[in-house]
Formats: sequence, structure tokens, C-alpha cells
Amino acid sequence: MRAEWGARLLVVLGAVGLAVLTVFAVRVPADAVELRGRMADDGGWTPGAIMARVGEPLTLRMTSDDVVHGFAIGQSARPAVDLLPGAWITTTVTFDQPGKYTYYCTRWCGPNHWRMRGTIDVAGPGMRAPADSVPLFLRLKLDLDQAHPSDVVPTETPAAARADGLLAAVALESGDLRTQSPVQVWRTLRKRPANTGLTDRQLWDEVAAVWRAATSPERLAEGRRLYGDNCAACHGETGRGDGVMAKSLAAGPAANSMVGEHTGMPGMSGHGTVAPTDFTNRRNMLGASAAFLQGKIIRGGMGTGMPYWGPIFTESQLWALVDYLWTFQFDYGSSAGSSAASRTKRDSASKPATRPH
Amino acid sequence: MTAPGLGVSKRLVATTPAGMGSPSGRQGRAELPQLPSAPSTESRLDLLRWPLLRAVLRSRWPQLLVRVAALAGFLVAVLAGLLGTPVGNHNFGIVLVWIAWWTIMMLVALPFFGRGWCSICPIPVPGEWLQHGALLNPRRDGMGFRRAWPARLKNIWLQNGAFSGVAVCSAVVLTQPRITAVVLLAFLFVAIGTSLIYERRAFCRYLCPVGGFIGLYSQLAPVAIRVKNKATCAAHTDKSCYRGSADGAGCPWLLYPGALTKNTYCGMCMECVRTCPYDNIAVTLRPFGADLRSPAGRRLDEAFKGFIMLGAAMVYSAVMLGPWGDLKMAAYDIGSARWFAYALGVLVFINGVLPGLFLGAVSAGRALVASTQPVKRSFVSFAYALVPLGLMAWIAFSLSFVFASISYLWPTMSDPFGLGWDLFGTAHASWQPYLTRSVPTMQAIVLVGGFAWSAVTAHRIAAEEHEQRMALRQAAPVIAYCFLITVCLMGLLIA
Repeated sequence: MRAEWGARLLVVLGAVGLAVLTVFAVRVPADAVELRGRMADDGGWTPGAIMARVGEPLTLRMTSDDVVHGFAIGQSARPAVDLLPGAWITTTVTFDQPGKYTYYCTRWCGPNHWRMRGTIDVAGPGMRAPADSVPLFLRLKLDLDQAHPSDVVPTETPAAARADGLLAAVALESGDLRTQSPVQVWRTLRKRPANTGLTDRQLWDEVAAVWRAATSPERLAEGRRLYGDNCAACHGETGRGDGVMAKSLAAGPAANSMVGEHTGMPGMSGHGTVAPTDFTNRRNMLGASAAFLQGKIIRGGMGTGMPYWGPIFTESQLWALVDYLWTFQFDYGSSAGSSAASRTKRDSASKPATRPH
Repeated sequence: MTAPGLGVSKRLVATTPAGMGSPSGRQGRAELPQLPSAPSTESRLDLLRWPLLRAVLRSRWPQLLVRVAALAGFLVAVLAGLLGTPVGNHNFGIVLVWIAWWTIMMLVALPFFGRGWCSICPIPVPGEWLQHGALLNPRRDGMGFRRAWPARLKNIWLQNGAFSGVAVCSAVVLTQPRITAVVLLAFLFVAIGTSLIYERRAFCRYLCPVGGFIGLYSQLAPVAIRVKNKATCAAHTDKSCYRGSADGAGCPWLLYPGALTKNTYCGMCMECVRTCPYDNIAVTLRPFGADLRSPAGRRLDEAFKGFIMLGAAMVYSAVMLGPWGDLKMAAYDIGSARWFAYALGVLVFINGVLPGLFLGAVSAGRALVASTQPVKRSFVSFAYALVPLGLMAWIAFSLSFVFASISYLWPTMSDPFGLGWDLFGTAHASWQPYLTRSVPTMQAIVLVGGFAWSAVTAHRIAAEEHEQRMALRQAAPVIAYCFLITVCLMGLLIA
């Protein structure tokens, strides 16, 4: 009988005891917030909102429950960290200003990747860091959903290298370039009697030179990085709107929606997705101003599948990104750093205008 | 009560050197009558002749220790599945059950020890404890109704159905920790419930989907429990091996060892070794596949188990290793219309197409030799020729992921719940596939070997009715069928 009780004790301690111990052991350290990432369709971030206090370290124990995700806090210089499936990573952040911060996924984890966002509500003394100035598109009261086709387009990619650059100063005198579309600047130059002898192509080359003068290789490099990390999956590395996610976006419900016809805004349905904008489309792009493009990035596509990037990018990053978008239209030459147009010679002038998002 | 355990075994070793048909002469027991000692029907090597092994197998403690360890592992796997990371390849439950356990099962335990796993399986432990009222020596005052298993269900059709049910959900069961945990818990609770209602190990014998295929392939194993002398059994009126005695339970698998001719339902629990007062039970070492040589005990339900297993190996290979994305998506999308179509397709394939083609092959063979046997008998008999190929197909399939995935075990051992632990310093060990270049060759060898083994078996089965040349003629279509299956498996696993 003693042996029988020994056996029972063995089973209880060896099996059930181990299981009970395990349950007690499965606890998250009290001083850390456990943050799990899942594809947006399966719940996104858990939790989706985190509370923190100014000056107090916030320790995050993070993992991914499915595929590789990235974690970054918007408008922050803090580098993103990758969350590998099943692996834990701990990071500590300290906020020096109160406010609501957005954390987001930096890896293209699925069609709804951009929905993987959460907020950190930081309470405590102090003033929130001065928000970036009111976006230019709001100050200009631009209607971001208004079509903006250019009625004049060059027959080939304007190249800054072919221009003498003498007209840049003239163009800049006409006002803030960020508020003007390339075609507006082209018209301004065309109207000047002094330019009567220049061909249309030469004038477009001058416009390219003007746009190149308004940026720098560093900004273009920054824009290219941001574009590659955040935009290329839909818009494609070459800007043609043919990224890896493009097909699924084009097949989304809004692509065939009748709502857009009723509102007069093609593709505008408030939900669903449309095909990503082709940045190499001259008719579309040359009719848009930088402020317009920046507004689109900040606000998003409103029902087209284009995420809103306002809480994610700083203003400097936004402008760098816009600068880079122009390289799909203008050939800045190698001296200007990254120039997508110098890599993409495809003529897209004949493409029908579509509304960028 | 006689104290069970090591002490008894030591005494037995000392008092029964090789005495077939002689009473064990245990202390405190009435003198047993002398029984006839005719020549043994099994002349193969008896592993119980080795004192150490005999002591280990007769004592309950080593077995109990292993079962407790297995039960602990089982419970940890369930908890890891429920509480740990949902990432399959980082979850201890998934890695332990579907990679580590499966590897040991398919590559070692099943081919070499048959139902050896069943002897240490933790799932029946709680139910048996309740049923017997004890862990070591069964008593009469345990819980439950001890009803007889329904006569109509005394076959493995339920196991066939249970395995088919798991098979069509396998893409999810094998990869999602929560589902794996739920399935394991279902096994546990059904086993407990069955133990409380029915006598002995009815769950293991009639319901366990794993036990079903282990039983089928255990016929190939080189280890078997058999009586040494059937005359001794015939003359032994107590039949303590079946009815139980103070030394142990009657066969939990509802078998009478004296009539054992194949391994299929013997769980190798060693109870008969403990309860036989004449030391008439042997753990024999024999040639691989010995059970297939005997025409006795061939049944339609077992034949269909062979088709189900062979078909499941092909389906698993296609779904998990194949390049067909739509098939994978359908298999994973349980509950959807496309999954129902997939499940229906799988069930029709393994229960209809494969047996249908096989029936065609068997019929062709019968026509070639003008066989007078009933068609059903031929069909069932020749289906046993698929057993070697089926096991080899599963080994080949297992090879495809075992060496590629076994390295997932190292980090999950250190961090079984995905909580950031590092118990053994291997939590950050990265994934490392092994023998990637050798695996296809190994698979090819295994499959070709399986085909050859099945071909020889088919010929041997035909030879039960005809002389060698006619037998070869009758077996030829079945061999062609095996060849076709082998080629398909080669394509799915290697090409």
C-alpha cells in the first residue's frame, strides 16, 4: 500500500504539480507592458492603447504572433525594431512630453498592414511638443479629392541636366514652389517673352531644373528610404502603382463601386480600395502641387486604401517624401542623388488621368 | 496484498530461469499445478531471458516513471498550446508533439517497437487510475461501470473515422497550438470518460486514432509478445492473463495472449508478463513484418485503415510540401465552402479512389489466375500488402520535415511557453535544417524499399492460394498498383 501511495504521489507531483507550477509561472512581469502584434485582420496590436507618464520609462515586451512585424513610434527618431514570430524583444521608451503618440507596424505584413496602429497616451506635466505647423494643404484649403490633370505634358522625361538653370531664379520669384504644380510653373515660364525661343521640351527641362534646385541629395535619399519602407509595396519601386499589394487593392470593393459615380469622385466610396496611383503618370503628377501631394500623404486616400501618414511622419519627412515623388517625373541626373525618372524612361504621357490617393 | 514492483520481479528472475510450463513459485502463493510442457510454437529469441530487461519489464515502476514523465510532457504541451505563443514553430506544444514525438514515433518507436508507445502513453493514465482505483495494482473498488464494449463496434471503423476526421483538419491541427491543445485534451477526456463507462482500455482499443495506425504498422515490428507454449495456456484454467490476478490486471486490451497471432491490438503493457503464473509469456525478437505472413485475422476494417493511412500520407505530402497554394488555402480554411470541398475530396480519395483502384488491381489478378476465392477475401488479403509501403510512405513524409524542423525544438525547450525564458541556454538558437542534401536520397531509398517489401508481401499473399508462378501472376496487378503509388509519392515528396 505504501508503494501505491508513492506512485500516486509521483503522478500528482510529477505531472499535475508540474502543470500547476507552469500556470503560476506563466505571468508577465509586472513592470512591463506586453505588446503582441498580429496581422490587422486578426486583431492588429494587442493592446491597441497604452498609457504612460512623462519621464517614466515604459518597458515594452513585444512579440509577433504570426508574421514578421515592425514596431516604431510615429514622428520619432527612434529606430524601428523587428518583431519576429514567437520571439520576444524588450525595449524601453521614455517620453518627455505629454500627448498621444502613434505606434505602427513598419513591415509589410499583409494587405491591411497600415491598419496596424495603436496609441500611447502619455500623461503628465509639461506641454506637448509643439505640433508641426498646420499643414500647407489646410492653409491653402486645397480640395484633395479634386482631380488635377495637367493639360500640357512633355513628350519625354524632363531632364534637369539638359537645362541651363538660368530660369530657376525666375521661377522661384513666382512664389512658393510647394504651392504650384509643375505645369503652372511651366506656363509661367512659357508666358515670358524672353522664353519665346525655347521649345516646350526645353521649358520642361527648365522646370526639372527648378524642382531639382528646390531639394538636395540628402533629402532625396531620405525620401527614397521612406518611400521604400512605406510606399513601395503598393505604389511599386518604380512608382508605377504596381507594388506587390497593388493587385489586391485593385480588386477591392471600391474599385467597382458605383458610389464614386454618385459623388463625382471616381473611386471615392468611403470604404474599400482602388488601384494605387501611378506616380509616373505625367498628366496626374504634373498637375499636382507639392502641397497637394503632402496633403494626400497626411490625410490618406479616404476610402481608397491609402493610409493616413499624418501621425507617422514628421513634416521634414513628409517634404522629403514629396521631393522623392517628383523624381518619378524629372530626371535630376546622378549628381542630384536618387532620380527615379532617370531609371524609369517609360513614357506614360498617354495614360488616362486617375486620381492619386 | 502482494507487494508489487521490483522485489517481485527479482524473485521471479531468481526462481524461473527458463522454465516453460513450470509454476513461478512465488512466495506466499498456493502451489500451482504442473501443466503440459509441449514444444514451443515460438522458437524466436525471448528478450525476457536477459535478467535486467526482464526485471525492468516486469516491474511496474520503470513503466510508471516513464508514463509520469510522458504525462508531464503531455500536460506541459497542452498548457503551452493554450497559454503559450500562437506561433506554431515557437510553441512547445506543437514542436514537442508534431515534431519531436512524431519523429520518435515514426522513425524509431513504430518500426522497431510496434505498439511500444502505447505501453508508455500517458493518455490512459488518469482513466485507468480511476477505473482500477490504483496506479500499481488494480483493485476491484475502482470507479466506473465496466460495461462491455458494444459488439457491433468491436472493430476499428471508429478509429478509421476518427483518423479521417483529424486528417481533414490536419493543416490546422498540426500548426495551431490552441487547436493541438484542444485535440490533446479531447483525447484525454474521452479516454477518461471511456474508462469510466467501459471495461479496460476501450479508448485505446477502439477509439484512439493514433492507436489505430500504430496497430496496423506494428505488424511489421520485430518485437512481439507471444506465449511460449500454447498448451500451457490451454491447460491453464484461471486464464489470469485475461481475467487478472493479484499480480496485475487482466489484459487491458481485451486480448487472450494464448491466441495472439499478430501485434495489431497488443498494447505491450506487460500485464500478461506479470500475471502469467507459468512464466509462459515471451517478448520475442523476430523478423520484420512477420505478422503479414499469417493469413489469420485479416479484416476489412484493417484493410481500409491501410488505404486511409496511405492516402493520408499522399494528401499530407501534397498539402504541406506541394506547390499548390489553393490546396493549402482550402485545407487551412476550415469551415469554408472550399474546405468542405477539400475534405470531401480527401475522404473520397482515401476511402473511394484508392480502394476502388485497388479493387480493380485485385480483380485483374484474380482474372489472370481464375481465382476461386471470394472477391472480398482477396481484396482484404492483398490490402495487407500495402502495410509496408504505407509505413515507408509515412517515414519518407516524416523525413521531409523532421530534419528541417527539429531545430525548432532547441529554443522551445528553453522557452516552452514563449515567455522569454532561457532554461537551457538555447532560447535564441536559430533555425537550422539538417541533412538537407541527404533527405531526398533517404526518402527515395525508403520508398523503394517500401515498394519492394510490399511487392514481396503481395507475392507471398498470393502464394497462400497458388504456386509461385501463378502467385506472381496474380500479384502482378497489385504490385503495379504499389508501383504507381510509389511513383506518386516520389513525385510528391522528392520531385
